[in-house]
Amino acid sequence: MKEIIVLGPGCPRCDQLVKVARQAAEELGIEYHLEKLGDFREFQKYGLMMTPGLVVDGALKVQGKVPSVEDIKTMLA
Amino acid sequence: MIDWKREWKVLAAMAAGFAVFYWLPVGFPRFDGAVNEALALTKWYAREHVLLCLVPAFFIAGAIASFVSQAAVMKYLGPRAPKLLAYGVASVSGTILAVCSCTVLPLFAGIHTMGAGLGPATAFLYSGPAINVLAIVLTASVLGAKLGAARAIGAVLFAVVVGAMMAVIFRRSEQDRVQAAMALPAAEGVRPLAQTAAFFAAQVAILVFANWARPEDPDGLWFAIWRAKWWLTAAGALALGAILVRWFSLTWWKAIGVGLPVAALGFAQPQHPELAFVAGVVGLAVVTARSDGELGQWFASSWGYAKQILPLLLGGVMVAGFLLGRPDHEGLVPSAWVATALGGNGLGATLFAAVAGAFMYFATLTEVPIVQGLIGAGMGPGPSLALLLAGPALSLPSMIVIASIIGWKKTSVYVGLVVVMATVTGMIYGVLVA
Repeated sequence: MKEIIVLGPGCPRCDQLVKVARQAAEELGIEYHLEKLGDFREFQKYGLMMTPGLVVDGALKVQGKVPSVEDIKTMLA
Repeated sequence: MIDWKREWKVLAAMAAGFAVFYWLPVGFPRFDGAVNEALALTKWYAREHVLLCLVPAFFIAGAIASFVSQAAVMKYLGPRAPKLLAYGVASVSGTILAVCSCTVLPLFAGIHTMGAGLGPATAFLYSGPAINVLAIVLTASVLGAKLGAARAIGAVLFAVVVGAMMAVIFRRSEQDRVQAAMALPAAEGVRPLAQTAAFFAAQVAILVFANWARPEDPDGLWFAIWRAKWWLTAAGALALGAILVRWFSLTWWKAIGVGLPVAALGFAQPQHPELAFVAGVVGLAVVTARSDGELGQWFASSWGYAKQILPLLLGGVMVAGFLLGRPDHEGLVPSAWVATALGGNGLGATLFAAVAGAFMYFATLTEVPIVQGLIGAGMGPGPSLALLLAGPALSLPSMIVIASIIGWKKTSVYVGLVVVMATVTGMIYGVLVA
């Protein structure tokens, strides 16, 4: 079970990251739980500076950009 | 059975729409004039500012997002960065790090609690939305180079002063830092600085020369540049093509495929240089959009900005035209009112502009047509600068978010500082210009 969190207050790129992350997880066919957080205090818990950010199992994997589906697959693997 | 709990909203919307059209004041000269002004102003923007000015600016903003290493900048805003350096970087890095306010606020929160502290964070919070590339380009193009430069310089100075004052006022309460390490974005795509610089220089050259205005004085250097402006623009485009092929792995035959039609159109229709320009933009868009890797990313971020900003801007232009009209024309609001409230360079007018700007929400770039409308209706230069300095940095919604990060006490001091500084700077500018 992968815990995927997208950090972002609601900009277009954050929504795009949610879509791309879901697609990557679906294509891998893994069990996952995807959540989107928009609270700034939550961002700081993960040390995030630039939105959007992607957290997998509690670790910040990428921030400030929307990675490609392929890149996210390697982060989820 | 109709479910009124759900349907009443539809009914209310229909009734409201009906009421608007039922009592639509068509035929009253002021209303008809305002509608006409809204359309005329939007047309003027579409003709004068979108193609040659905003389109290249979107490409530059997209290039900043995908080719400038943000990690390199963030290093200077981290917890161990020297304070003085942090202020300097924070006050200018808005150009590189942020284009819309939605990216500024999380960065502000991060710099405040995990990075260099309240002072640099405030400096960044202020300068981020105020000095981004698109805002400065559009201000200079629509409102004139003088106000554009005043806005850019004012914003940088301002950011340092406001940040430093915040740090001094609240020096005691600086201990409440979160014990989380700041996660810097990983540095990637290391490219020699000279290559990145040349890439940006070529794009800036295209932007600047394509928009070179005809000077009044028919001799001298400025006029010579104006006469050669399309040759200079073409030189910039050639350089950009060469740079893309040489350092950004663009295939050479694609570059020629884009360049040939542009040159052909330029020589066949020299009186319509816009045709060649459009061909160049379309060609660049096609080759970048179709490639993977960094060129594809460049196009994706440029397109993202265009999609996000253009509809808001054109909407803002229409509203500004409707309410305020073009310069020397009246919209819905009589010019006499604006002139009374905001005319001249007095303290009252400048303070009013600063306070109104601080609370009002401006979508990215819409402050420009609004200020233009107000100037046309009689606003003085001092209040204009005050509005430009206080406006984009602050709004009621952003104040609420800022307060959730640093609390209402610090937020109100910040708002107060911005209003006072905007008023003072506006008045100084008013005296200098007059």
